Amino acid sequence: MAYSYQLKRVDFIFKNENNWEKVLATTIKKKPEDIINELISSELKGRGGAGFPTGLKWKLTAEAKAKNKYVICNADEGEPGTFKDREILSRVPYKVLTAMAVCGYVTGAKEGYIYLRGEYKFLEEELNKAIEEFHYYCKETNLDFKVKIFMGSGAYICGEETALMESMEGRRGEPRNKPPFPTQAGYMDGPTVINNVETLVHTFTIFEYGAKKFYDLGVQYSRGTKLFSVSGDTPKPGIYELELGMSLQDFVYEFGDGDTKAVQVGGASGFLVPRKKFNDTAIGYQGKLVGISLPTGGSMMLFNSSRSMFNVLDNYLEFFREESCGQCTPCRVGCQQLLLGIKAVKRGEKPASYLEKLLRLTETMQYTAKCGLGQSVANSFSSIVENFREEMIY
Amino acid sequence: MLMDPVQSLVKGLADKYGRTRESLLPVMQGVVQQEKYLSEYSMVEIAREMDIPASDVYGTATFYSFLETQPAGKFIIRVCKTITCAMKGKNQILFSIQDMLKIKVGETTPDNRFTLLETNCLGWCHKAPAMLINDEVYTDLTPEKIREILSGYIKKSI
Repeated sequence: MAYSYQLKRVDFIFKNENNWEKVLATTIKKKPEDIINELISSELKGRGGAGFPTGLKWKLTAEAKAKNKYVICNADEGEPGTFKDREILSRVPYKVLTAMAVCGYVTGAKEGYIYLRGEYKFLEEELNKAIEEFHYYCKETNLDFKVKIFMGSGAYICGEETALMESMEGRRGEPRNKPPFPTQAGYMDGPTVINNVETLVHTFTIFEYGAKKFYDLGVQYSRGTKLFSVSGDTPKPGIYELELGMSLQDFVYEFGDGDTKAVQVGGASGFLVPRKKFNDTAIGYQGKLVGISLPTGGSMMLFNSSRSMFNVLDNYLEFFREESCGQCTPCRVGCQQLLLGIKAVKRGEKPASYLEKLLRLTETMQYTAKCGLGQSVANSFSSIVENFREEMIY
Repeated sequence: MLMDPVQSLVKGLADKYGRTRESLLPVMQGVVQQEKYLSEYSMVEIAREMDIPASDVYGTATFYSFLETQPAGKFIIRVCKTITCAMKGKNQILFSIQDMLKIKVGETTPDNRFTLLETNCLGWCHKAPAMLINDEVYTDLTPEKIREILSGYIKKSI
């Protein structure tokens, strides 16, 4: 019997941009508390990958007492396999700006920044035009909010929120210790809301249609929709907006090339899921649907059986070694040693049991690295080494 | 006293962006836009103009891969080497560029027109392989396309 699968395609993000003036005007007539409650009841979680509840973030910043507060849109999209934020900023920039302005209204921030990665500099001109028109509208309606673009300069780690703030303050993009969290002391020590581009667009959807419409999509713990960046061995690479909570098997039925061996969920810092676990894996935030549930910033990379998983891991580790900021030892030295280690095993200079030592090293990194970069190397490393051990050795 | 070009460039950028530490990245980016890289001289000049220790300017500059501190050509080619591009033929792309320009990765042509570099994920995985030439993006690359694109740049720069 043919397997019947269901992927729920939806279309919120890229439509109705023209409504922005109306959505902005009606939203800022509401009380800030009501807007926050609306966001909280929608259960929207951060779409950059970490999944922090957006309403709570806005609430904490709104409650913080300070003269200068900030709204930052994180467009330092550097995770391998992710390209959705660029698409959002080039196709519906006014939605992002509207969401930032509403966030400013709710939290009391007068300044907003879009941190745009250096690789996307070609977007800057068009985006500045949109900002100019947006400022004109703000002036007409007496809304005191200004947005500026801050260009990055080619550093993956600056996608980490506190590293991004260091970078904006003119320093090396090295993550800070937390606490304090950005909602208490972020950019220039002011309480700061920093949201991923996609998260902001989802808030627009919620302002436009209400929290219920958003909440009704997806599954428990993983409400709403998500943009997926699909690449690798697939006949239809691209960007797709889907309801959260689908099983990976369904995803592979839709996007696989019939020979899918594994899928990397969440980019190089995410998990590799082998074919035998497709059925037990759901895409969403914590909470169980079928077996494990994997969060993702939206990066879905498919590999077919012509791909060597050793080469895949080798490529990731080289990426992490170069992008580690070098500030904390577990990550700086760990990434180097993992790369050297798997090469040594492959060449036969180290016994296969050396892989266990390397796995213990990733565990140490998970506990001791200062930020998400060093902590998450263990995700792809252990999921690849444990599921494709032979390919690492022979 | 007459200012040299780097001095006046740095001064102009500092006037535009400000002289506080938050302006350091925009100022350095402005110098790289014009000069293609940050020489020791220009870093010291930035330090002087903005009253920041030169070591801090250097430390910050060397953190960011797009802030070159080595001399670079007029057109900087950055070929994406991250997983999807690597799977979709990045090496062939590199070979055809190297073949045409007669330089290896990390090198600049003797006429200072092209620098060839590899870079991490550019965010075009669905249209791999991809590369940047300065700020311009090129995707779905093939060796044939490379010849076409580079010929265009070679004509442009004569």
